[in-house]
This record gives sequence, structure tokens and C-alpha cells, in this order.
Amino acid sequence: MSKILDNLKYSESHEWVKVEDNIAFVGVTDFAQKEMGDITYVDMPEEGDDVLAGEEFGALESVKASSELISPVSGTVVLVNSELEDAPEKVNEDAYGAWIIKVEMSMPSELDKLMDAAAYKKMIGE
Amino acid sequence: MSENLIPLEQLQKTCLYDSHVALGAKMSPFAGFMMPIQYDSITIEHNAVRQHVGMFDVSHMGEIFVKGPEAEAFINHIFTNDIRGFEPGKVLYGMMCYPDGGTVDDLLVYREYLANHFLLVVNAANIDKDFAWIQEHAKGFDCKLDNASPRIGQIALQGPEAEKTIIEVLGYKEAADLAFYTFCDVEYNGERLILSRTGYTGEDGFEIYTTNENIVEIWDKFLKAGVQPCGLGCRDTLRFEAGLPLYGDELSPEITPVMAGLGMFCKYEKDFIGKQALLDQKAGSLEKKLVGIEIEDKAIPRAGYPVETPEGEEVGVVTTGYHSISLDKSICFALVKKEYSALDTPLCIRIRKKVFPGKVVKKRFYQTNYKK
Repeated sequence: MSKILDNLKYSESHEWVKVEDNIAFVGVTDFAQKEMGDITYVDMPEEGDDVLAGEEFGALESVKASSELISPVSGTVVLVNSELEDAPEKVNEDAYGAWIIKVEMSMPSELDKLMDAAAYKKMIGE
Repeated sequence: MSENLIPLEQLQKTCLYDSHVALGAKMSPFAGFMMPIQYDSITIEHNAVRQHVGMFDVSHMGEIFVKGPEAEAFINHIFTNDIRGFEPGKVLYGMMCYPDGGTVDDLLVYREYLANHFLLVVNAANIDKDFAWIQEHAKGFDCKLDNASPRIGQIALQGPEAEKTIIEVLGYKEAADLAFYTFCDVEYNGERLILSRTGYTGEDGFEIYTTNENIVEIWDKFLKAGVQPCGLGCRDTLRFEAGLPLYGDELSPEITPVMAGLGMFCKYEKDFIGKQALLDQKAGSLEKKLVGIEIEDKAIPRAGYPVETPEGEEVGVVTTGYHSISLDKSICFALVKKEYSALDTPLCIRIRKKVFPGKVVKKRFYQTNYKK
């Protein structure tokens, strides 16, 4: 069983969002990290880059495969989690602790299109 | 790839399928078979082979027996390497080529202890194509062909502890005397077992061929002895580090042995199908060459990513790439224009939106540990 946290929003492409004021923390779900296996590299944007909801902002790489990261919200990247550059395995160890980017949202109403924990749980069939 | 086009119910299963499922392996279609990709993790399995011993179900591979007074002449006609004068008990690697030099398959040829008997071991994905090719070109030669692939199972036992494991678990003391690329015939349950000191990992090891029933028993014995089961995931990372090509990635109807840098397995003092085309490529008509590239980053160059010069001109494409588990470097094989193939040539890989600088390095990334 994959871990799902109640206080987060979820996207169909398995990103989670935690909202603090106008800032969205974005990471990938526990289900996603299990599917990927050992993550060896996190390809992240630069601080100051603009991201668009539904568009690629980076990628996760495991030994065998790479998987695009899709931004659940639009806005500007205010911080990337530079800790993941040297320790990408943190995504495997604690998917909800290992946020990847912090986004200053330009359209917070986009959050309404994301799933809550119950809907995400249903989507992954667990 | 074409895997997705084969309906699930038409995929073949090897004799060890039930064991893989019982072990909880992640299964996936490969070469028309449902095969284990990993049991624990690719990294754990990879390191088991490099440091201790691991075993692979390679029962999907094809075995074709060729025998008869003209078997040797026939094989030499379709095989790039030269089997004349190579002794019983020896194994030779080489390719079969089309007249234009493109590769039909890469394979092992075993010269059996019985006179005029040979065994060809071919890639699973190519069994039908190869057997049709062999049948067609055997016309006019006095030899008999037998595609024994469905009857024969195979385990590859690989790693520095492979010899010890064979002797302790199966009792074949002969293993200690086998040099790399030689084999001997032994018996298991009264049936023939071919014990071959070969492999596809860059480590010492053995490939065992016998009946499907025997293979299931032997697999269980190795499991009980603590041998790490290994899936196709680490088979690919291991062979890649050792600089070994995979048919479909580094060899294909479009990629000749000369392009792939496998000219040492082509012998031109005899005739074989495709010889003239390969000679022409050697003489200068070659346009592309397979190289190794190392990049200065942890990003991973994957198959299909473009290779560019530092000025941004696209000059090739990645065929296989990983962040190497044994070397902790991001490396790949790439097919590039010949003029960019010299060692240390600066080349870049475009990975998604970014360009990562690197340079041409030797294809054998990992120092292999074969038994002399």
C-alpha cells in the first residue's frame, strides 16, 4: 500500500501539492516513487523559471527509466530543493518530505482541478 | 518497441516462469517472452554479480544444432568469424550478416566434441528470423538443422563466486579447468548438460544448457544455496558497462559489425555473406561508428537522445545509456558520424531541454574479469 496524506492535493501524473499561502510545494507521491524504483537523478528547473500547469518542469531518473515531472500549478519557481542534487534517493525514502520545487502561484484557482486524497487513492486503485 | 504489439496471451513463458512469479519478480514482455525485469532492485542484483554471484533465466535464448559433413563449411559461409581450425570444446562469438553488411544477429558457435556437430546460440527475439535465414542458406550444403530452442532451458550463473557455486551446488569439478569461451559436456539426471564458461556481464561465469525440467531443478538448488536471482534489468546494465552490444540497440539490419566496432570478429581470409560490404566499409565507405561517451553530470543519456557537437550540430544518436552502477558515471553508447568518433572528441548529449557536455571514451567502460 502506498502512503497518501490527507492534507495534500494530487495530480493525475502523481505529483502532490502542499499549499502555504500563495506558495505551492510540489513533489511526487509515494506511489510514483515505488513505481520508479531507485531514483538516481532529479532534473530540476532553475529558480526564477516559469512553470505552467500541465507542462513538464523536470524529470526523475531511475536506473532503467526516466519520468517527466508535470507541474500541477502555474507560477514562478522560487526555490528548488538543491538537497536532491546529491541525494536523489530522498525521494524514495520520504516522498512527501522530499519536495522538488516551491512555486509562487499565479493562478491559485488551478488547485481546484486537483484531486483530494480520497480521489487520488481511488485513481491508483489502492 | 514491438513488444507492445504482441497480445499478452501470445507471449511465451520460459520453464522458470512460475518461479519468477513466486519470487515476486516484476515481469515484462521481452523478445516475445514474459520475462523477469527485477526481483529486488536492479542495483542490488547488479552488485551481486559484480561482487559475488547472481543467476539469470536466459531460457528464452535460441539453440540451433547444425550437424553433417558440410556443417563447418556452411557455418563459415554465414558466420563472420572463422571456425576452421577451432577445436572441439571451444566457443566463438561472431555475427551473421545480410549481403549489404547489415546484421542478421550476433551469436555464439559451439564446436561440439562429436565431429561435424555444432551448436548456434542466438538472440531470443531473432529465433524465427535466424532459423529461416539459416534454412534458406543451408540449401546445397550437406548438413542437418534442428531448432531446439523450445526444448532447452538456460541459466547464466555470473560473478566471481560462480565457479565455487557450480562446484559446491552441482558438484562439477570440471568447472575449475574451463577457460573463458570453452565448454564441457556433463550429465544431470542422466541427461546432457552443457557447462559453458561464457556470459554477458563482464564477469567470470557460466552458462548452463540442459532440458527445461533440469533447469527448473537447478534454479531451485541455486536459490537454496543463496544465489541472487537477477532480472533483465541488471543484465542490461552489466553488459553495457562491459562494452557488450545488444542486438536491436547496437547491432541491427542497419548497423553492421564494422559500424559497431566489432571488426575483430570478422575474418576476411574466408568468404561469408556480407563480406564485401564490410570490406568496403573498412576501406572508407563507413559513415557512422559506435562510440562510448561520458558526460560530466548525473543526468542520464537514454536511447534516442541526440548527440551534438559543442557548436550544436547534431551528429549522432544514443543507443544505450545509464548512470553506471559500478562506475558512478553517466555514460552511453552512441552511433555518431565517423569524423567525430576519435577518443576524447568533445561531444554533447541533449537530454530533454538541456545540453550536457562530454567526450568520446572507450566503449569498454568497466574492466572485465574473465577467467584466462
